Amino acid sequence: MSEPTPAPGTAPAGTPSPDTRTAGAPALTAFTVPTAPTVPTPATSGRRAFRPLRAALWAAALAVAVAVAVAVPFYLEGFWLQAGLFAMSAAIGAIGITLLTGATGQLSLGHAFFLAVGAYSYVSLSSDAGLPTPLAAVAAVAVAGVSGGLFSPIAGRLRGAYLGIATLGLIFAGQHILFNAEPVTGGFNGRPVPPMELFGLVFADTPELVVLNVPFGSLERLWFLGIVLLAGAAAFAKGVLRGRPGLAMNTIRDHEIAAGVMGVPVARYRAGVFVLSSMYGGLAGVLVALVFQQVVPDYFGVLLSLDYLAMIVIGGLGSVAGAVAGAAFVSLLPQLLTRYSDALPLVAEPGSGGVSPAEAARILYGAAVVAVVLFLPGGLAGLATRLGRVRLKELRWAKSAPAPASRR
Amino acid sequence: MAVFLELLVNGVSVGAVYALIALGFVVIFKATEVVNFTHASLLLAGGYVIARLHPLIGFWAALAAGVAAAALVGALVEFLILRRARAGSRGVPAIVTIGVDILLTTELTRQIGTEVLALGDPWGDRVLRLGPITVAETRVVALVVAAALIVAFLLAFRFTGWGVAMRATAEDAETAALMGVRLGRVSLSAWAVAGALAAVAAVFLCVFPTPGLDRGTAAVAMKAFPAAILGGLDSTTGALAGGLIVGVTETLMNGYQSELAFLGRGIGDAAPFLVMIVILLLRPSGLFGTKEPARV
Repeated sequence: MSEPTPAPGTAPAGTPSPDTRTAGAPALTAFTVPTAPTVPTPATSGRRAFRPLRAALWAAALAVAVAVAVAVPFYLEGFWLQAGLFAMSAAIGAIGITLLTGATGQLSLGHAFFLAVGAYSYVSLSSDAGLPTPLAAVAAVAVAGVSGGLFSPIAGRLRGAYLGIATLGLIFAGQHILFNAEPVTGGFNGRPVPPMELFGLVFADTPELVVLNVPFGSLERLWFLGIVLLAGAAAFAKGVLRGRPGLAMNTIRDHEIAAGVMGVPVARYRAGVFVLSSMYGGLAGVLVALVFQQVVPDYFGVLLSLDYLAMIVIGGLGSVAGAVAGAAFVSLLPQLLTRYSDALPLVAEPGSGGVSPAEAARILYGAAVVAVVLFLPGGLAGLATRLGRVRLKELRWAKSAPAPASRR
Repeated sequence: MAVFLELLVNGVSVGAVYALIALGFVVIFKATEVVNFTHASLLLAGGYVIARLHPLIGFWAALAAGVAAAALVGALVEFLILRRARAGSRGVPAIVTIGVDILLTTELTRQIGTEVLALGDPWGDRVLRLGPITVAETRVVALVVAAALIVAFLLAFRFTGWGVAMRATAEDAETAALMGVRLGRVSLSAWAVAGALAAVAAVFLCVFPTPGLDRGTAAVAMKAFPAAILGGLDSTTGALAGGLIVGVTETLMNGYQSELAFLGRGIGDAAPFLVMIVILLLRPSGLFGTKEPARV
């Protein structure tokens, strides 16, 4: 049995010994170097030792990120805001599917179905049932979770790629419902999405709002909602991965039988993660509906599900940061190629017979998926950790050079 | 009654074509334990080559070229990509095939564009009258060809050295390798065979009464996925049964659409997947799939 890979959050980054060969044998170190100061060993269960410098760095990075995120709507035009909002929605959905496919090893091609459930439930609950919009959004996420739960007899029992094919059924069944249940879904033409209204603030172009001389339309307002939702979604997923559920999920992925023997209720976990990931999908669906302002069935097809799988593979399976990075890559690429198509070689205007920007984007990220699996296991997130590790090693070498025996 | 019989014959014939596709899918799974999501685009590749070449070199030569091309594409995917991606966790190869599928399908649908390509088959729109029922000639040919290919394949699987190597690998790859079975060759040939079968299936998916090969053909080919999984991914019998179930359900649903109007338009397209979900609820490893026993 191979040793289960620790969740990204539980990586023993705080282990004091820089040399990995002796990291697991502190007794040996103490024997060979009796003068070494006793290093406080951090608990191995994933808690990091508190390091003021590192914490300060993180706080600074967070502050910069928040500042940038707040400043963006004041400086960038609508195109970038819309692209960014699509990326945020995609990131939320991708986090959900990376919990399922990356951390638990259950393939799902049905993610687009749950986005559709979220988006259409929001529209229907707010327009038909007359719920206040924030409540409708929460209820839409719950509906997506319940529909994921209804699938749990299959989601709990099927393993890996089997589930992938079975979830393909959700897409086709979903498309059928979307096209035919016209009173609820509006059929082929879809339905308009009522704007969200939160504490008296309407996320739409009217009534007009000007902040610091910048007109705040629906995109500017939604930008902040998107940021908050994405941050919350990411934090929650990180918590899940770092705690007991995350360990259980990774054990199921790495060795199902071992997980069962160690007391993990495998089927219940699989079904539970499936529900969680479908709720993430529902939330992404609500956000994308708010940005689009119109929901149409064509959007929620099998291609969207494939996009989501491409995102998490490119970003690095099982990593929250990777899912966000991959989502940004996959959802921004076609829009960037469209915007700059006249300046790029090999990319033609849509409809002129050459490679259209959308096709070029698909070819690029299809190739990226293959390349990542072949040459970059761990994806963008893995690359980042590897680069970080190299840096740290160099730093430690430089520090330990004058007194190599003391290791510090 | 005549309508029912007609639909049944058509359904069995369509089902036989799905069975051909599902068979290739199952062969790859048995030989390499990879769930191959590239299958629909292999089919599209074979069909595309046939459609482009038949005005130049005639239908039969084009068919041969298409079969060879699809087999080659399959073999190349295995040799260039999957063989190198095998290290790693179990889900990874399936995801690579999704990446390859995105690449191939995008390029092929771009080449096809909005056209509907005829395949230039010799049967045209002729129909056969058998007593009270009328059946398109293409459907009869499809049934005969698919049955012949499936029988030939099963015989080869049982009696040739290649078939023995394939079955040994499916049973226990490590032991088979120790016994001198060359695993690389086994999986290469599995992919090539699957590609060839898919190309033949492409012909029958695109001839009368279907207008021809267009960008939607890949979606039609996807119906072979439920065929494969509801029969059991590791069972050739299952692929046949699954193909027939999917074909017959779809044809009957489409045929009685007016009576089934309460289910909505186009229920025939969703039906195979609904049947799959129902069967998986009852039997998670498919009708004929082996429930993997585990020893600890």
